[in-house]
Amino acid sequence: MSNKKNKKLSATQQEYQKFAKDREPKRPLLSNCIHAFIAGGTICTIGQFFQWLYMTHFGFTEITASNPTVATLIIIAVLLTGFGVYDHIAQWAGGGTIVPVTGFANTVASAAIEHRSEGYVLGVGGNMFKIAGPVITFGVFSAFVVAIIKIILQALGGM
Amino acid sequence: MEKFILAFVVGGAICVLGQILIDVFRLTPAHMTVSLVVAGAILGGLGLYEPLIKFAGAGASVPISSFGNSLVSGALAEAEKNGIVGVLTGIFEVTSAGISSAIIFGFMASLIFKPKG
Repeated sequence: MSNKKNKKLSATQQEYQKFAKDREPKRPLLSNCIHAFIAGGTICTIGQFFQWLYMTHFGFTEITASNPTVATLIIIAVLLTGFGVYDHIAQWAGGGTIVPVTGFANTVASAAIEHRSEGYVLGVGGNMFKIAGPVITFGVFSAFVVAIIKIILQALGGM
Repeated sequence: MEKFILAFVVGGAICVLGQILIDVFRLTPAHMTVSLVVAGAILGGLGLYEPLIKFAGAGASVPISSFGNSLVSGALAEAEKNGIVGVLTGIFEVTSAGISSAIIFGFMASLIFKPKG
């Protein structure tokens, strides 16, 4: 993609791009990854605790227990977002808070809260999925394609 | 107890994968989550994600990649019962808890909380 962009730029502009790239602060990959590992692992361990709770006291199985677990984590994430705590954690944890389902809840809740001044219908209702929308769109479409391919293969191969 | 350690390690590893996608491959967080969801859907179609959930518990079911897997497994389970239309009717069957709770509690949060900073 960057090559395609460079063709349109003049020589000075390309020089500037190189200049800017050299001066861009290096991302601390290792410490970012360690933070993400610790934060993501902790969130999943909390999830595991709820899963264990639902499995031992409410009679869910290993597979079905993930539903109430996810819902519980979402409630917690929405509350933390509302109190403004989640953003502080996310600043430290990076990918560790974006990848778990709590990050999905955080984007929904923060978009909803942020756009509330534009009114409840167009502001909150219209912007709630502004950031979380791509996940649902691409998730549903890819799931549709995968499911159709699998059904066709099963019909052909009789798996 | 063993389950908790597995959840921590596997969940943490998936988050590191996401962090690497952001830092090394220069994806935006939105592109990164989309890639993980699509990867989860493909792994679900291959039948590889469910064993991972059995192995790592919440370490595999809490990261967003399990969203893709649940979409596929809901669609396939419903398709087995009702034929090809089941793909459409079943796609949100398993993920309903996640999406509806995000909508309901997100909306409630917008009623209660004011934007900060």
